[in-house]
This record gives sequence, structure tokens and C-alpha cells, in this order.
Amino acid sequence: MRVQLFGTCLVDTFFPETGEATLKLLRHFGVDVVYPHGQTCCGKPADSGGYSGAARKAAEHFISVFEGNDPIVIPSGSCASMVKNHYPELFKNDRRMKEKAEAVAERTYELTQFLVHVLKVHEAGLQGKGSITYHSSCQLTRELGVREEPLLLLESLRGAKFIQLPRADRCCGFGGIFMARLPEVSMALADEKADAIVSTGAETVTGCDHGCLMNIADALNRRGNAVKVKHIAAVFAEGLE
Amino acid sequence: MSIFTRSVPFRANTIKALNDPSLRSALRHATETFAQKRSEAKASVPFEAWRDDASAMRSDVLSNLSGYLDLFRARAVRAGATVHLAKDAGSAREIIVSVLKQFSAKRIVKSKSMITEEIHLNSYLHQQGFNVVETDLGEYIIQLAQESPSHIIVPAVHKTRRQVGRLFAEKLGCDYTEDPFVLTKIVRRVLRDEFVSADAGISGANFAVADSGSIVIVTNEGNGRMVTTLPPLHIAVFSIEKIIPSLADLPKLLRTLTRSATGQTLSSYVSVITGSRKPGETTGATELHLVILDNGRSEIVNGEFREILKCVRCGACMNVCPVYRTVGGHAYASTYPGPMGIILTTLLERMERAHTLLDATTLCGACAEVCPVKVPLPRLLRRLRELRVEQDFTTQMERRGMDGFALAAQSPRIFHLGQKVARLSWPLLKKLDGNGALVRMPRPDPVTFTRRMQ
Repeated sequence: MRVQLFGTCLVDTFFPETGEATLKLLRHFGVDVVYPHGQTCCGKPADSGGYSGAARKAAEHFISVFEGNDPIVIPSGSCASMVKNHYPELFKNDRRMKEKAEAVAERTYELTQFLVHVLKVHEAGLQGKGSITYHSSCQLTRELGVREEPLLLLESLRGAKFIQLPRADRCCGFGGIFMARLPEVSMALADEKADAIVSTGAETVTGCDHGCLMNIADALNRRGNAVKVKHIAAVFAEGLE
Repeated sequence: MSIFTRSVPFRANTIKALNDPSLRSALRHATETFAQKRSEAKASVPFEAWRDDASAMRSDVLSNLSGYLDLFRARAVRAGATVHLAKDAGSAREIIVSVLKQFSAKRIVKSKSMITEEIHLNSYLHQQGFNVVETDLGEYIIQLAQESPSHIIVPAVHKTRRQVGRLFAEKLGCDYTEDPFVLTKIVRRVLRDEFVSADAGISGANFAVADSGSIVIVTNEGNGRMVTTLPPLHIAVFSIEKIIPSLADLPKLLRTLTRSATGQTLSSYVSVITGSRKPGETTGATELHLVILDNGRSEIVNGEFREILKCVRCGACMNVCPVYRTVGGHAYASTYPGPMGIILTTLLERMERAHTLLDATTLCGACAEVCPVKVPLPRLLRRLRELRVEQDFTTQMERRGMDGFALAAQSPRIFHLGQKVARLSWPLLKKLDGNGALVRMPRPDPVTFTRRMQ
């Protein structure tokens, strides 16, 4: 099977190792990965800020770069939901673009969604290590409906202990533009999330969105905590070494 | 900048709230308790199907609102009520005062009503020389403290029982106690005299039943019954969207409302009041006046934000909202806080005042998950942010930043250049960044993922 990989702008700019982990993981399951080089950002920051004009421009670019019929895999619930749910909405007054947006939305998957639903990897049999807890990000769960998929994969890791995070579905306070507009509230929410993570005693916290993970890592750093923050792709890819 | 002077200083308010440990602990305790009770109350019932029913009924009402209103007026008048239509807050206040004067009412008892908060009724009545006493325990506390409600169903949610104990000792001259049971007894004693001597009772209404002309009041403390039946005059104030088609529709909302609000299967009291006291009846006000408030709602019902008027004021959206849970209702400086409050405030009080409140959402969607009538809160919030941009209520710096973002998002060359510039000037950018968001982010990687893929 061949897929197109959208790295996301956060991974591209700040966390390239997560991109490499995603690549390695997909290849491990026999997937032929194409990386369209013209890719930039899906437009989510503009869209959630209310800048629909800017978001539409990003969406048009994305749609033109990700042509063809292959599934598009994205290691982020927030960006995948942007493409799947918000692109068609952005072009609701433009029939031609709306059709294109719907076609792109149709073949877009968040990484764990793709692993479980398309590749049917239920018990991946991957090797893990240490104790791991998981933050479920908001757009992933509430907009894409991806709740069980990451848990299924994490729980099946051999050699690792999975610990449920209390109130895992609570917002971590990232929220894109929110983090810049109300930094104090954002930090208070990240602190609340960090408290929950520390209470599990897990060595690693993982998740499907680097936006949240970045915010959580900052809260943990501020208190000098040694809990490791890793994207779910990195957790799985480690076991392949 | 002049456009920013009339707006709510929301960020400053949040900072103040974050620095108030007793507020934060009161909020944490209350919102967690309510959210927990709500989950338990819905666990053993077909709650999703109930939400669908409630939502469909509210949508039907809003699509035929003027018809239902006409029916309600006719039936309420036939039942013996006098019906007044108030276009805005000012005319509602004037109608109420003229009715009070008509019956020479001076002493007024009130049961909890958010609409009377919206029209700032108490301060107006006070100015006009009336004696007004709130009789809901939470509202009574707020009135003593000279504050405003910070939650639509739990008005004193921001207060700890120690604070209430001190307030009572100071204002009522009783001995200090923080025992809620004793505090409630004290209020009961004070209010008993007020109920008996009141000339008029003012209430809101949770619902107004079109085919019977009844109003429905959902309460837990019994004060609502006293306010609406003991004094000879009862004035009920409510807004146009409170209509439901018939009494047969009431259970659809009651079962979802009380579970969502407090986790109760049903509230302690549900009062259905149809007209004034009739010959031969022994209870009820002899005069019933209904004041139906529009205050901008007929404009909303015809526009793209109609669905916010489905709201039944349960407060569930605020109990789960990350921002509300963290800073409380007073930070919003408006009658209605939390997700439904931001939307309603922006529509009722205009963007000029409310644009800063649109920052108060992470768009996490927790509110939409709990709303008993399925108001698409995150979609409406996002749409209002879009209007905020269209109406120029964002900073020039942000607008320029987004213009730059749009250019970069369309051009890989500019995008890659931007990444490079950001990495090289990162320490400087962090210094220039007024909000401190960049401080919380790592420095861009020297070799981007795209480069690594070449």
C-alpha cells in the first residue's frame, strides 16, 4: 500500500524525529511512503483564530500538493481533523473547491486511525519499555472520534506498562492561538495536566498531537520533572530498533 | 486604540482570578462535583436519545417562534394573566416598575432569575425606592455581598463556606459558623418574615407553555413557591425563546435539564403556574403579570446563531469548560459566563464589548459533548472569531502575522525561509514576543523534516 505523509508544520519545524519515527513505523508495516515536498501547514492556526481567508489559502495549497488517490496519513489529530472536518466547511460557498476538499477529507487519516482501521494493526506486537501514560487530545477525540485506537495500540506494547491518565480527555490548555492570547490560563491548564501525569508515576507521557505535547513538556520542565514526553509514533518506533 | 476601551479586560481578569487561591479551590470543588453528578445521572438512562428529542423540540420552537408566542399570549390572557412585551431591557424595567406602582407594591421578594440579571433589575428597583430581597440562598449571599452571580445556576459558586460564614456574621450580626446547615437555617428565619410581608413576588421562568399559557419554574429550595404564591402580585420575567409547545413536551426538557445542571433526576420543585388565582382557589397570586423580553433575540432567531437560543440554562457547558473551571464567572464581566455566555454576550452586547471574551475558548469541544439540547457551541464560537476578524477587532500585529502565514502556507519557498529565519532569530523573537508563548516552545530544529526527507 502507498500513502502520502503530511508531516505537519510542528513536526517539520520543531520535531523532525517524530516525522522519522512515523516514516519508520509505516515502513515497518509494509507501507510505501511518499512525502510530497511542497507541503507546508494545514492552516489550523489561522482557522481556529477565525482567519478563514488565510486558512483557505493554506487549504488550497494542501489540496493541490496532496493530489492523487492514496491515503493521506497525518501524525496529528488536530491537523487531520482540520483536513477532514474543516476543509469542506471552509469551501461551503465554492462548489468546485468543496468537492475537492471533500475528496481529500475522505482519504485523510490520523496516524493511529490509519494503523487500526486501514492496516488493521490491532495488536501490533511492538516492543515498548517502561511505564507509559497517554493524554487524549481534544480534536482527536471529539472531532475525529479517535478514542480507543491509540489505547489499543499502547496497551498491546510488549514489555511496557500502560497507566491510564486520570481525566485524560481534559484540555491541556494549548488551543493554538489560545496559548498566545491567554498564556496565564494556558499555563494553569498545562499545570493541571502535568499534575495528573505526575500522579500516575509513569516514566513517559505520550499523545497524538505535538501541540499538546509541547505545552505539556513546558509545564513539566517548569517544575523540573523528569517525565519523558514523546509522540506516539516515537513510542512505537523505538520498539523497532 | 479606542475600539479596545469598551471591551471586557478579560486577560487581566483571568490573572486576578488565577491569583485567588480560595476562588480556585471553590471552583475546582464545585465544577468537579457537578460534572461528576452529571455523569452518574445520565449513566443509567438513554441520555443520547433524550438529548436528540430535547434538541429537536427546541429547534422546532425556534423555527415557529412567533406563532408559538402568539398562542402563548392568547392562552395566558385567557387564564387570567396580563401579558407585556418588552423590546429591550429598559422597557422591561419600566413595565415592571409601572405594574409595581399600579398595585402600590413596595416590598418585593425575588426568586432566582438570570433574565432579571440581564436587565439589571435589582439596581434599578433599588434606585426607584423599592425594597428587593433575593430569596434563593445563593442569590441571597450574592446580594448581601453586593456582587453578581458567577454561575447561572449556582450564583455563589465562587464563595467558600468560610467566606459565607464571615459575610453572615458581618451583615446579619449572627455568630460566626461555617456549618452549611446552620447558615441555611439563619437565612430561612430571615426570609420567612420577608415572604409574609412582601407586596409582590418577582420570578423568572424556565419554560413558558404555549398551548396552556402556563409558566414553569424549576427550583430546589422551595423559595420559588413562596415568591409566586404568598404575595398578592406575581410578576414573571422571561425571554421569548423560553417557549415550549405543550405540557406534554415538558418532561423532555426536565429530564435533561436537571440531570445536566445538578445531576438530579428531577429538581425538588417544579411549579406550573397557569394564570392568576381563580374564584374558589386558596393559593396563588391574585394578580399575575408576565413580561416577555426580546432584547435582541428576535434578531438572533432569524440569523446564523439561532441555535444558541435552544439553550435551557443548565450550566453544564461551564462546568466542563477548561477556561471557566480555571477562572470562574466573574472574569467574563457579563451576565452569562462560560461557552454559552460568550456567545450570547457577543450577540446581545455586540462585538465591541465582547470581542475579548472570544479568547476564552480552546475550542476543545467539551461543552458540545455535555449540552442537553445539542447547541453546536464550538462551531458558533469559531464563527464568532471569524466575525471578530471580519469586523477588525483583532490587533494589527496579529492580522499582519496571519497575512504572512497565508503567504508562507502557499509557498514552500517562503515557508522554508520562514523556518530558517525563526531558527536563527529565535532568542530575539522570544524577547520580542510580548505574550510569552514562544518561551514555552522549543527552538526550531536545525534540520527540518522536509530537509531530512530530501
